[in-house]
Amino acid sequence: MIALSDYLILGAILFSLSIAGIFLNRKNVIILLMCIELMLLAVNINFVAFSHFLGDSAGQVFVFFILTVAAAEAAIGLAILVVLFRNRRSINVDDLDALKG
Amino acid sequence: MTFELIVFYLFSAILVASATMVITRRNPVHSALFLVLAFFSCAAIWMLAEAEFLAIVLVLVYVGAVMVLFLFVVMMLDIDVATMKAGFIRYLPVGLLVTLAMLIEIFLVVGADNFGLDKFPSPAPAAADYNNTESLGNVLYTAYMYQFELAAVILLVAIIAAIGLTLRKRSGTEVRQQDPSRQVKVKKGPDRVRLVKMEAQD
Repeated sequence: MIALSDYLILGAILFSLSIAGIFLNRKNVIILLMCIELMLLAVNINFVAFSHFLGDSAGQVFVFFILTVAAAEAAIGLAILVVLFRNRRSINVDDLDALKG
Repeated sequence: MTFELIVFYLFSAILVASATMVITRRNPVHSALFLVLAFFSCAAIWMLAEAEFLAIVLVLVYVGAVMVLFLFVVMMLDIDVATMKAGFIRYLPVGLLVTLAMLIEIFLVVGADNFGLDKFPSPAPAAADYNNTESLGNVLYTAYMYQFELAAVILLVAIIAAIGLTLRKRSGTEVRQQDPSRQVKVKKGPDRVRLVKMEAQD
């Protein structure tokens, strides 16, 4: 039988991989957005697993809302990315220093 | 080892492998395609957890819409891949260090000691006439109605924001554009038809 800890460890591995992805690809904004999607997926695995094991469908409803917000976030993020590329001809994070931060 | 467990490990292995490929590939198109594979195998794992509706939604919404959007943007932008990967080796040690520390910390919390089968026994399989979509809809449209409407508003805001950000007016003489406000203001008479007097030809 699949234990709850199996799902949680899978979520943990996926979350850590996406953290590593953010560290490794810190120049490319597109890959950073993909890593954020992976991170949300890892969190959603935990929600689904707890919902299954506790017999409560509230967890699945929450995953539904997370998917909605993640889709909106991806759409706006990619729109910002397109505008950025149009203005700067680059999506390198190092080039985005117009605010001198 | 039951058949269920074998399927779970198989899809988990595919999921972790494709997630690794997402963060290590040089080409963003390959990353996006491996992310699609990751979403597919995650949908299979959600099926094992009896979340059928969400598994289908994951495939439809993520693979069908979000990843296509990603691929579209990746292919539209002209990215220099070589400079993008310049710091890859330099950041590898610190990235691995942070990742490993975090992984070990999470393992200590969610390991089999705290969330094993003895603490959380596997629930009985759902009955044959159980409908996941129906049960989810029953709570979504009653107890979570307000949140559901908020989600709809968020999606509307996302649509308007994405269009508003990327819409641009092209100027110049070579670009011919329609002006709908002028089109609907056309009146009967001299606006619409221009009569040209010219000599008959034979």
